[in-house]
Amino acid sequence: MLYAMLCYNEEDVVWSWTKEQDDAVMGRLNVIYERLAAQGKLGPALRLLPTTAAATLRKSDGIVLDGPYAETKEQLLGFYVVDCADLEEALGIARELTVANPGGAYEIRPIHLYLPGAPISETPQAVGAA
Amino acid sequence: VTDLAWIDAALTAARPQAIGALLRYFRDLDVAEEAYQEASLRALKAWPKNGPPRDPTAWLILVGRNAALDGVRKKARETDLPDEDALSDLEDVEAPLVERLDGSQYRDDVLRLLFICCHPDLPATQQIPLALRIVSGLSVRQIARAFLVSEAAMEQRITRAKARVAKANVAFQTPDAVERSERLAAVAAMIYLVFNEGYSASEGQTRGQLCEEAIRLGRLLLRMFATEPEIMGLNALMLVQHSRAAARFDADGEAILMDDQDRGLWDRKLITEGLALIDKAVRHARPGPYQVQAAIAALHARSPSPAETDWRQIERLYATLEIIQPSPVVTLNRAVAVSKADGAQAALELIAPLEERLAGYFHFFGAKGAFLLDLGREREAAEAFDRAIALANTAAEAADIRSRLDRIRAEAKNKLHRVGGRSASASLDQQQGDIQ
Repeated sequence: MLYAMLCYNEEDVVWSWTKEQDDAVMGRLNVIYERLAAQGKLGPALRLLPTTAAATLRKSDGIVLDGPYAETKEQLLGFYVVDCADLEEALGIARELTVANPGGAYEIRPIHLYLPGAPISETPQAVGAA
Repeated sequence: VTDLAWIDAALTAARPQAIGALLRYFRDLDVAEEAYQEASLRALKAWPKNGPPRDPTAWLILVGRNAALDGVRKKARETDLPDEDALSDLEDVEAPLVERLDGSQYRDDVLRLLFICCHPDLPATQQIPLALRIVSGLSVRQIARAFLVSEAAMEQRITRAKARVAKANVAFQTPDAVERSERLAAVAAMIYLVFNEGYSASEGQTRGQLCEEAIRLGRLLLRMFATEPEIMGLNALMLVQHSRAAARFDADGEAILMDDQDRGLWDRKLITEGLALIDKAVRHARPGPYQVQAAIAALHARSPSPAETDWRQIERLYATLEIIQPSPVVTLNRAVAVSKADGAQAALELIAPLEERLAGYFHFFGAKGAFLLDLGREREAAEAFDRAIALANTAAEAADIRSRLDRIRAEAKNKLHRVGGRSASASLDQQQGDIQ
């Protein structure tokens, strides 16, 4: 079954990591990603920019708000798509990720519809290809 | 087990809010700072054992407050003369601390704390160290190193700043809208000062640290004032400028002008975030100096090569900046854009009236020389370059101009070809930091 693993954490804390701390966390996570990818269990994964970069369109009146939709203490900072046999396996992965990246929570939610879309460049055109 | 690095980051993240709240209770920067220090020590003991609390900031405030109250009580007992005023005051503040810390209170606490650090009574040389010490929690030694002064001198500077702030009587009641927006503007300027201190630092480590700290404070400010386009602009400006960090210096630590930088080294993640913020800011249709400067920086960031830069648009943005924040340096920057878009003659005419006011400014003569050179007026160009060299702030600046002079002289010698070489290119990259 496909699950979305939604990563919630305190944005203040995560964006207070020094570059070394950030690199260390990403390095530990990478070991897990690579193994999961090799096992064919890992789909798209992404890390979001801070909520300060977000804008929210309220559908009821079409108003565009600055910031994320939900003002919560912990914010949605990214997610993975994983292919697991069951919740237990997904929880196992989440526990492993927790060791690599403590703090916050993982919400594990089964996926209803999965559309992989077209492959898109990691360096979007608007940012200018170097 | 709670990762120590996580605790470290949590303490850093909580610091502005926690000290801001403690300052509201105790109305004394030293007491607030000591209380926070004590709470942090207890956190380092308690959190690895018990796991982090649900709300680390509230935990730190509560523990810090209790620790400071204990201290006051102990002192009162030792002296055997209970200070009635102090005690009744403290009883008062205890009551509302069934911490349902609401967001707006936090926001004013942090803003007040930041504002105290950039109080108009403080010169910039004291504002930045005070903010780095109190808000960011850098050690005096780290700050001293950043400013290339001794630890003792920096300690003294910070102590003096604190004493001034204590006398300044910053209002502790909730600020009204006008006061809040004034504080916000002062704080934004202070954060940009911190950034520029890092941006212009000659030593790599300091540079990165101060720039990153300024960006962190900028994000904090934006999270609290999420709808302020100028705060978006400030963040975007810092992010895009900092994106060039890895490309701005060569292996020997010499500055590389923007035209010569390897754009592959520009940090696309920072640029993306900066562009996202500019997009958001533009929607508010309330332009300001940070937004305009950010938009200029973004045009450079978007351009795959120096030759493809949209100079026409940059020229228009500088013209806008001239209106909202007139300064000869802004006009000089516009002239550089004009020289690229319309040619050197127009640029030269634009800067002619500035010569008196910028007579001591390296970049003025660098740009003037480049414009003249473009027009084939080598002798006058050489004169301007000579003046630039005399005014150079760094060896790299002087070396850059000297290489152009050498080229002029070589050309003059063989007189075979028309003078070509680099077209007018004052170092916009360096100048940007001067505009405020």
